[in-house]
Amino acid sequence: MSGALRVDRLTVEFAAMSRAARRRRFVAVDDVSFEVARGECVGIVGESGSGKSTVARTIAGLIVPAAGEVHLDGQVLAQRDRAPDTRRRIQMVFQDPTSSLDPRLAVGKAIAEVLEVHRLVPPDQVEARTAELLALVGLAGRGDARPGQLSGGQRQRVAIARALAAEPDVLIADEAVSALDVSVKASIINLLADLRRRLNLTMVFISHDLAVMSSICDRVLVMYRGRVVEESPTDTLFADARHPYTQALLASVPRLGVPLGPRPGPVADLPAGSPPEPACRFAPRCPLRINRCLEVAPDLVGDGHRVACHIASTPAADQSRGTGDADHPRYGGR
Amino acid sequence: MSAGERVNRLEVEQLRIAVGPVHAPVHPVTDVSFTVPAGGALAIIGESGSGKTLTLRSLMDILPRGARRDGGSIRYLAADGTAVAPAAARGRGMAMVFQDASAALNPTRRVGDQIAEGVLLRGGVSRRAARAEAIALMDEVGIRDPEVAARGWPHQFSGGMRQRVMIAMALSTQPDLLLCDEPTSALDVTVQEQIVRLLVDLRARRGLSIVFVTHDLALVGQLCDEVAVMYAGQVVELGAVDEVFAAPTHPYTRALVDAIPRPGEHGELATIPGQPPAADQFGRGCRFAPRCAHATPACADYRYSAPTADARAACLHPLLGEVAS
Repeated sequence: MSGALRVDRLTVEFAAMSRAARRRRFVAVDDVSFEVARGECVGIVGESGSGKSTVARTIAGLIVPAAGEVHLDGQVLAQRDRAPDTRRRIQMVFQDPTSSLDPRLAVGKAIAEVLEVHRLVPPDQVEARTAELLALVGLAGRGDARPGQLSGGQRQRVAIARALAAEPDVLIADEAVSALDVSVKASIINLLADLRRRLNLTMVFISHDLAVMSSICDRVLVMYRGRVVEESPTDTLFADARHPYTQALLASVPRLGVPLGPRPGPVADLPAGSPPEPACRFAPRCPLRINRCLEVAPDLVGDGHRVACHIASTPAADQSRGTGDADHPRYGGR
Repeated sequence: MSAGERVNRLEVEQLRIAVGPVHAPVHPVTDVSFTVPAGGALAIIGESGSGKTLTLRSLMDILPRGARRDGGSIRYLAADGTAVAPAAARGRGMAMVFQDASAALNPTRRVGDQIAEGVLLRGGVSRRAARAEAIALMDEVGIRDPEVAARGWPHQFSGGMRQRVMIAMALSTQPDLLLCDEPTSALDVTVQEQIVRLLVDLRARRGLSIVFVTHDLALVGQLCDEVAVMYAGQVVELGAVDEVFAAPTHPYTRALVDAIPRPGEHGELATIPGQPPAADQFGRGCRFAPRCAHATPACADYRYSAPTADARAACLHPLLGEVAS
């Protein structure tokens, strides 16, 4: 079955901000392709600047890509000025529900507004449907509350109800649980997982936190500096991460009761305003780097579990360890 | 911390913080007591609104406008054993690292000058010497090419590097107690790991005492020996990190530990029903009881008693048994 959502060779560029680099374009997303089957949840993980949110926003039509296409059920979506019904079919839940809700509007009204705009139910049924949606996210009877009277977790539930009001085919959660406390985070993740099952939602779940991925995502894409470096079923990723970046990312997730490892991982902090990108974006920070990494960009290869790395994609990985080390004079870190 | 005589760097007893009008105050923090030994590191964990940040700020007498300490004592004990009040210890033995380094740094001053300011504050140092020390501090916190970096502006630094600058600024006053308010919460995991590593190094190298406020339980074990768990303005559990997380005795701590998503595991996550009470609705009895799976009617009459070495949890029905891992 072909994917409900298909992202095909997406490239997004922004104008560089600094005067020195005014002519240069900053490539935020570089040739990214992936599919999400109906009812599947795909996670995108990466650090700040990896392009994960840009991918999400481009899918939702909030950003016009430089190249590439977004397909929904086999149809190419317009890059700009999408028809209202197309916009309706892809909904987003953002990180900060406080800024995405009108503080003066009762949350029931905020949900009803969506129903009215998209004319999803006859006017006399708006109220009933609103109550239904509130109940769906565990907020039955709270329609008269204003966002300020709700907790952060409850506000995020409203944002989810609002997205679901549009009866979307695809729900994109962009760091939707990142700002929440531990116990609230758990309940929102449970809610999203439950809704996905019950409504057979197609989901894209974006987070910088690998740990939350395992409880909700079927597959995970790991992005680094605009490129997908690894794509794998969630379980496989935790057991058998192949890209050195994914390995570093996994190693730096703090785990309860596990002390810090003996030595720093290979991943150092890159200076802001970085030099021209080498062929493999991760090469400057990579402990396994070989010369080829600086010259030829690795393709995302493999079946099911795909990885973009010259070394990890070669079976004899152990023999071909590179000469690079973490203390590269320019990028190495402590 | 040696097994023998425990020399404290910080002693907090029965801390109470009030907000609102004097005639009708609300107390978002009550009954907070803990000590930090010289060279020791204590974590304060809790969710939003638990009072962890207010507690930390009161230690240095920098509570936000409208909040005030109206009960209890805070004693910072200098190396010579004299007790110093919070306001006097600020910048003289005590220093703080904040969560948002970009808000805490002055965008219009070169970072080297901002670090040198703390050195000059100590007095008896020339500008030139202060600048040299600032560069040495930047080197110590892992900033490459410190001579060049010292002339840079805050916006030229990445988030992790800015946090290193903040730590260098804190060190510029030669503190022996470092207060950290969620210093890594805004950072990527790989950068977070480096900052925690830096704090671990600094603690060992300088014999620093640390109070580390965080909502990330998993970070606690990497840096701290002891942990205070706060709920609704009270310390509900206090003890050695290993023991508290391996076998939480307060039901709230247990629920927090259970709610953490673990990489590589799936299925429904444990949650805590309801939500924490607002500061004006703490009421009588155990404040966690309305959400607690182990609560009994007696919990409504529970009188708070601070955790001790024998009873880590402030709870009528402390839990036994370990977390299955």
